[in-house]
Amino acid sequence: MRLYAVVAAGGFRRYATYRTATAAGVFTNTVFGFIMAYTYVALWDERPQLGGYDMPQALTYVWLGQALLMTCAMMGGGFEDELIERIRTGDVAVDLYRPVDLQLWWLAGDLGRATFHLLGRGIVPMLLGSLAFDLALPASPGVWLAFLVSVALGVVVSFAIRYLVALSAFWLLDGAGVSQMTALAGMFFSGMLLPLTLFPGVLGDVARVLPWSSLLQVPADVLLGKSTGWGLVEAYAFQGGWALTLLLVGRLVQSVATRRVVVQGG
Amino acid sequence: MAETAGAVKVAEAADTPEVVFVERSRLVEGVRAYGLIATMWLRSTMAYRASFAMTAFGNFAVTAFDFVAILLMFQHVDALGGYTLPEIALLYGASGTAFGLADLVMGSMDRLGRRVRDGTLDTLLVRPVPVLAQVAADRFALRRMGRITQGVLVLGYALVTLDIGWTPLKVAMLPLMLLSGAAIFAAVFVAGAAFQFVAQDASEVQNSFTYGGNTLLQYPPSIFAKDLVRGVTFVVPLAFVNWLPALYVLGRDYPLGLPDWVAFLPPVVAGLCWLLAGLAWRSGLRAYRSTGS
Repeated sequence: MRLYAVVAAGGFRRYATYRTATAAGVFTNTVFGFIMAYTYVALWDERPQLGGYDMPQALTYVWLGQALLMTCAMMGGGFEDELIERIRTGDVAVDLYRPVDLQLWWLAGDLGRATFHLLGRGIVPMLLGSLAFDLALPASPGVWLAFLVSVALGVVVSFAIRYLVALSAFWLLDGAGVSQMTALAGMFFSGMLLPLTLFPGVLGDVARVLPWSSLLQVPADVLLGKSTGWGLVEAYAFQGGWALTLLLVGRLVQSVATRRVVVQGG
Repeated sequence: MAETAGAVKVAEAADTPEVVFVERSRLVEGVRAYGLIATMWLRSTMAYRASFAMTAFGNFAVTAFDFVAILLMFQHVDALGGYTLPEIALLYGASGTAFGLADLVMGSMDRLGRRVRDGTLDTLLVRPVPVLAQVAADRFALRRMGRITQGVLVLGYALVTLDIGWTPLKVAMLPLMLLSGAAIFAAVFVAGAAFQFVAQDASEVQNSFTYGGNTLLQYPPSIFAKDLVRGVTFVVPLAFVNWLPALYVLGRDYPLGLPDWVAFLPPVVAGLCWLLAGLAWRSGLRAYRSTGS
């Protein structure tokens, strides 16, 4: 357990080293936040209460998306490129006979990364957004706490998806294609482009039950006070269920894949 | 280094015909080198065909999703900022195509910061080929055709559905808009790379002007705050990529009460952008100090 805490701290520090990059990232998130916020204003001007959100809630949703984009790695990023490279070169063989669990090792590092991105790239754009627009941020610390739990679950779901993406390199060797497809799905089905409540009919129903909605839509609804009481329990169960399922699938695929490593001979 | 050597040569033999030869061959050499490097990367990508197919499709789809988001918005409204869906499609298609062209040719420029950091830029400096061509062609990615295809399709949809009173000037405006727009975006790519000589790991700042600019231009200027529109008209002149020429085609009022003739300025603005970006690139390259690794 202590080992994984150290790995997580390492993941945090690793990203904290790049200060200019973080500042540049904050700049980008803010620019995109402004562009999207203006399009949302135009949309909600025409149709107040669209998708069940009023204007301040919709704008909060925009800035939350920017704040969580890197934290929940909605478009991918973080460890999977590195793991794919290790699989491609055969270095993963070294990792496999280390006395640590491969999946937990990378998960710990990714949690550290996510924590850094939440603090480093989440808070400032959110603050700037709240200065420029009227946002619906909750006053109660309980809601914020509930939100943070939901974000943490979202990060685990995101990790579990990206771990599967990385494992695909055992078969494809080059992971670029799968990474990109997952990034696309992540961006669209997390609700990054538009809240999933605005998706029509079956598309909306499907989008809401896919794992990606755990990355933004669910945490956003927790912060906006849409999921309270049993609704909150349901939201956690949804995220936790996907996290567990995907992590288990990851283990299964890993055990199949590691037999392949031997075949490939490194 | 290569740049300085060239400049010294020019100064030494100011008016011999040889100088003209040197200058022209540098340009030709640059284009030739670009072609060679691009071809090499093309072959390398084709080694993983499944991955190429997926990334090309992904490149198509990533921007397509932007348009899907707009389509989803129009499920709920008839107009956004006073513009109908086909009108927004024209803005979107024009910007997307122009940006796609610039991205295909110059999209690798945002890797410059990484090259400065890991010292691989030094390798490019000692080669007798213009550095700009080498950086731009690095990891040339044909998959970026996906983005262009998507932009052209949306543009096509707009032109079919819109009811425009075509005049020869309006027809001429279309290719002019796409080419000048691509040139303006390309200049932003070069300027952004020049900035990375100073701020080595700030490629995201460049992204917010390129990708962010493209996203901004997909929507009509009427929905943005005046100051933002002023900024992308007079500071980073992205408004000339599609807003001003497309609004002329649509017969719409320009933002900020600009006069009619500004719609014809994109080629001039593109030229100016290239001049400034070129100067920035040169001074960035001159100021470059290797990490030594």
